[in-house]
Amino acid sequence: MKKGVMRPGHVQLRVLDIDAAVRHYADLMGLIEMDRDDRGRVYLKAWTEVDKFSVVLSPDDEPGMDFMGFKVVDDATLTQLGKDLQAWGCAVEDIPAEELKGCGRRLRFQAPSGHFFELYADKEYTGKWGVSNVNPEAWPRDLGGMRAVRFDHCLLYGDELAATYDLFVNVLGFHLAEQVLDDNGDRIAQFLTVSMKAHDIAFIKHPEKGKFHHASFYLDSWEQVLRAADLISMTDTSIDIGPTRHGLTHGQTIYFFDPSGNRNEVFCGGDYYYPDHKPVTWMAKDLGKAIFYHDRQLNERFLSVLT
Amino acid sequence: MTDTFEMIELVKGLHFSCSREQSLLKAMELAGKRCIPVGCRGGGCGLCKVQVVSGEFSCGPMSKKHVDEQSRRRGQVLACRVYPLTDLTFEYRPAAELASTQQQV
Repeated sequence: MKKGVMRPGHVQLRVLDIDAAVRHYADLMGLIEMDRDDRGRVYLKAWTEVDKFSVVLSPDDEPGMDFMGFKVVDDATLTQLGKDLQAWGCAVEDIPAEELKGCGRRLRFQAPSGHFFELYADKEYTGKWGVSNVNPEAWPRDLGGMRAVRFDHCLLYGDELAATYDLFVNVLGFHLAEQVLDDNGDRIAQFLTVSMKAHDIAFIKHPEKGKFHHASFYLDSWEQVLRAADLISMTDTSIDIGPTRHGLTHGQTIYFFDPSGNRNEVFCGGDYYYPDHKPVTWMAKDLGKAIFYHDRQLNERFLSVLT
Repeated sequence: MTDTFEMIELVKGLHFSCSREQSLLKAMELAGKRCIPVGCRGGGCGLCKVQVVSGEFSCGPMSKKHVDEQSRRRGQVLACRVYPLTDLTFEYRPAAELASTQQQV
């Protein structure tokens, strides 16, 4: 049911070396640097995104994800969702406007999985980068690297999947698009959407709370995924696996790592979702095929390499 | 003075060479040897933590979650961030916490 959460808006990632991180996300992935702040954070966006930023890189001595933010439809909805989160049992922290430059007030909460999320209603509207809002050309000609289209979703590892499901579905209005069930019928993976996408956020069961698996960016075509793979080789970037296809969501994908060990994905295609769709189920015994549809077996890194 | 050093992993007894511009992990991968698991290669995930037994090396940035100042002084470091200054001997032993992670799912 619609609660007014619209879409993923941003992710803040901790990095060990900010200059190396900017080279990775801007020069290799093709994000555009939009701003910096006095905490040393760098703000970036993909070219089709209309708001000022979607990726914030924050210098730190331990990599991983600080938080992921979702945009809601308006400020009244933001206020209501803050009350709903508290009624559900979440502590909600008020982050004032401009703590992230160009972003309005944010409400931050911790999901039972251990991850921090934020809701916000306002962010500076800068429009798509490199094209006009009137009679726009197909794409900007001066994009670099992989020419990432948009920040799409995150996959996070943590425990308490059932409580996290309850929070996202019943309080925030997400839908379960895909799941992995074990032999007992317990859910060990949940792919949740608040849109027509197969996932806007996904969780996989893991004993340690609050772990980051990857941040994913959308590309236009399989050819662009192959081109991304070429660029990963040309730059000697640390690769995880791919190009291949997922069983879950059926997206075509490649996984690689930023210079601090945070995993990234670029992908294209994949299934769509409407609210009358029943969840797609994969069985845990077939997890290899669910994750890597062609190899049909997991690589060691998929379950154990996290930040 | 040579720029290539000999790396010796003591548990499996494997040898490979490594230049001072190469990380210990990268040299192992290029040599086709398998004695350290390969994770993110970026100092973030902690999978490739080794114990350097002898020799000198410099280090790139590593997550403090996996290598604090004390570990670093003891030579317990991430192979993806170790750059040799001399020949090195080291050991890799799987961490107990890693074993439990892999039993998941």
